[in-house]
Amino acid sequence: MLRMLGITKSYGAVRANRGIDLVVPPRTILGLLGENGSGKTTLMNVLFGLVSPDAGTIVFNDHPLAGHTPREALAAGIGMIHQHFMLVPAMTVTENVMLGWDAAGRWLRPAAVAERIRAASHTYGLDLEPDARVGALPLGGQQRVEIVKAILRGAELLILDEPTSSLSPPEVSGLLHVLRRLRDEGRSVIFISHKLGEVLDVCDEVVVLRDGAVAGRTRASDTDRAKLARMMVDRDVSAPVAREGGAAGAERLVVADLAANDATGVERLGGVSFSVRSGEVLAVAGVDGNGQAELVDVIAGLRRPTRGHVFVDGADVTGRGVTGRRQAGLAHVPADRHTTGLVADMTVTENLAFRDCDGPPFRRGPWLDFGAMRAAASERIARFAIRVGGPDVPARTLSGGNQQKLVLARELTRHPRVLVAAQPTRGLDPGATRFVIDEVLALRASGGAVLYVSTELEEALIVADRIAVMYRGRFAGVVRRDAVDITRLGLMMSGALTESPDAAALYGRKAP
Amino acid sequence: MTEFLAATVRIATPLVFTALGGILSERAGVFAVGLEGMMLAGAFAGVITAFLSGSMAAGVAASVLGGAAMAALVAVATTRFRAEQMVTGLAVNILALGLTSFLLRGLLGRGEAPTIRVSPLSPLPVPGLASVPVIGPLLFRQPVLTYLALAAAVAVFVFLMRTRSGLTLRAVGENPAAVFAGGVDPLRVRMLAVTCGGALAGVGGAVLSLQQVGTFTDAMTNGRGYLALAAIIVGRWMPFGTLLACLLFGAADALQLRVQGLRLPVSSYVIQMTPYVVSLAMLAGFGRTAQLPAAIGTAFARDRPS
Ligand SMILES: Nc1ncnc2c1ncn2[C@@H]1O[C@H](COP(=O)(O)OP(=O)(O)OP(=O)(O)O)[C@@H](O)[C@H]1O
Ligand SMILES: [Mg+2]
Repeated sequence: MLRMLGITKSYGAVRANRGIDLVVPPRTILGLLGENGSGKTTLMNVLFGLVSPDAGTIVFNDHPLAGHTPREALAAGIGMIHQHFMLVPAMTVTENVMLGWDAAGRWLRPAAVAERIRAASHTYGLDLEPDARVGALPLGGQQRVEIVKAILRGAELLILDEPTSSLSPPEVSGLLHVLRRLRDEGRSVIFISHKLGEVLDVCDEVVVLRDGAVAGRTRASDTDRAKLARMMVDRDVSAPVAREGGAAGAERLVVADLAANDATGVERLGGVSFSVRSGEVLAVAGVDGNGQAELVDVIAGLRRPTRGHVFVDGADVTGRGVTGRRQAGLAHVPADRHTTGLVADMTVTENLAFRDCDGPPFRRGPWLDFGAMRAAASERIARFAIRVGGPDVPARTLSGGNQQKLVLARELTRHPRVLVAAQPTRGLDPGATRFVIDEVLALRASGGAVLYVSTELEEALIVADRIAVMYRGRFAGVVRRDAVDITRLGLMMSGALTESPDAAALYGRKAP
Repeated sequence: MTEFLAATVRIATPLVFTALGGILSERAGVFAVGLEGMMLAGAFAGVITAFLSGSMAAGVAASVLGGAAMAALVAVATTRFRAEQMVTGLAVNILALGLTSFLLRGLLGRGEAPTIRVSPLSPLPVPGLASVPVIGPLLFRQPVLTYLALAAAVAVFVFLMRTRSGLTLRAVGENPAAVFAGGVDPLRVRMLAVTCGGALAGVGGAVLSLQQVGTFTDAMTNGRGYLALAAIIVGRWMPFGTLLACLLFGAADALQLRVQGLRLPVSSYVIQMTPYVVSLAMLAGFGRTAQLPAAIGTAFARDRPS
């Protein structure tokens, strides 16, 4: 069906694709794996006509595709869900779906299209409100828009670049179900994901990229996680993290009856209270869009609460701005690296330094010390294995996962007392995910308190001492690590179960 | 009172065309700073053509082309060559000012400013309705371009908000990369939008030269292009909102003219300022909540994902 031969693409000195061959047979779900920056997105952008390759040929359904733009790719029957969403935030879900969709007709019929969106989101179990403004949706919601858009349009070959990075487990299984159905209808799918479980579950074949070249190709039934991981990094991945039985100490982050509204005045956070102690990780699980973003924003000082208080190490920081909270020892990894995490057009060095450039070591008198900034940047690039041409390239040019590592490198190396992390491993490859978890646990071991928001239950179970499930702006329950019951957590996520947690679950217990 | 309202409509009409053209450009993500120049080019091309050919229709057609030609310069410079939009717009304004003055003397006057006279477009009463008291003369006894201004506002609204091409245009102003990924070339959309916007601004100029004055004088647009720009912001980039804003500015100007007639002990310059003070005040009031198209002012280039 698809035959890509010798695809080569360089960005300056970075060779993103080095002569990649990729063949996709009909009726196949092909998994495309590889570490962050291995060239997956670049290869797909070449296929879809978003970037032009330096060399290589593409033949799709016996027709050559050369020097093409997305228009020709779409006309040929290729659809794509982009890793960095291609949506218009100021428009509604319906308008985004109608955009560039020829079947929507010359004249806009928003009501009819909204009806189709409702029907599709119902069939595929993807919760979407057609009249919502896309910019007001959480990342998971935006991802659902991209998916519904692609499904409605229908394509013979569907490219999904990390479609599940912000979805909750039930939504993921819904999506995988859709993919199987598409395959059974005779279509093909290219599925990019860092979650090996999903890939093994849904894919027929797997192609692994390493450093811009194909490192291996195998049938999914002939392989397992360990083999895939080895193919990706060419070494054995370290053993599962050893978790030390932490001794919880004093309360470091205390949240009392916190509530907040969204931009339109609708209450999104309905009064939550909890605390995180020194040497403790509290994970917040739940389907994206149930108030997690608001909770994190309010704690980080990006949004004003309608009531309630936030304390860091006993000090009430509710009235303080971002800087005041930072000085109190709070660090924040935002969920959306594009709008709040990074300044895309600034260099890697500047992005790594800009939260700390008001003091030493980056300030010397009234001047910025660029030497120190660059030295610190190089050190962090090495420690976090950020794949980048050098410290002076714009952050925009990094691959998705490497942009995420940039944010983490900045926040984690500041030795915060309290870390609030929203989806910190979003889009990271397994090795990098492991690394982040190790770092979070190291922070915990050294007495830090961590609030860890994740849609990934598996991950929450690894890091957390306690797991809270958010549903409609409230805690549907808080479970201590030793009392975890997956079924119960699942019920809480879907809103079918609400428990009133006891004090020990909400506020932790000081170790004797 | 009727006289005051009539003056309001008269003053607002050229603003309406020009501002509608500016909406097309800005909604597609290109600052419409060059409206003044496009308007002036339209006024010039219109009246000269009408003078030479003796046909008012040819004059209006020429004003469309004149405005579009100026706009095409902006379109090519800002999309194809990714020039800074504000500076390009200002450059076009200066170019139009110099070019029209030069051509006026060079082509027709042998070095001196020639006298050009065409008899302005006369009112075209709508049978029946024109004799209704007060609103009759106001709305139904107007020259043809005034009716067209209303029709243009409706047309721009329907195009922008009810057609898929309009949706695409708006999306280009918000996120051109998303439009490109959807299979449409954002640069093409921008070129078309800016050029069509210029054509409308050109008609705005023709309203001045063909319908109201009947001649061309240097710099006759006199800042109306900038006033139209302000009307777009006050009207939140929506055709009807902008239409209202133009009428408000027109009313302020009409009031100013009347007050001048009263011979108050205030400098006439202070009174002449009022429309601009009103627009500043309204910008300060409404501008705060206005939503500028997100990608306005930015260049789009392939191979540069955000
Ligand atoms: N526009 C660009 N300019 C410069 N370099 C780029 C650009 N786009 C990608 N690169 C580089 O090309 C390499 C491959 O990037 P790509 O986005 O294809 O990786 P990826 O496999 O999709 O990674 P991830 O899993 O993190 O999304 C990276 O080193 C990246 O820095
Ligand atoms: Mg990628």
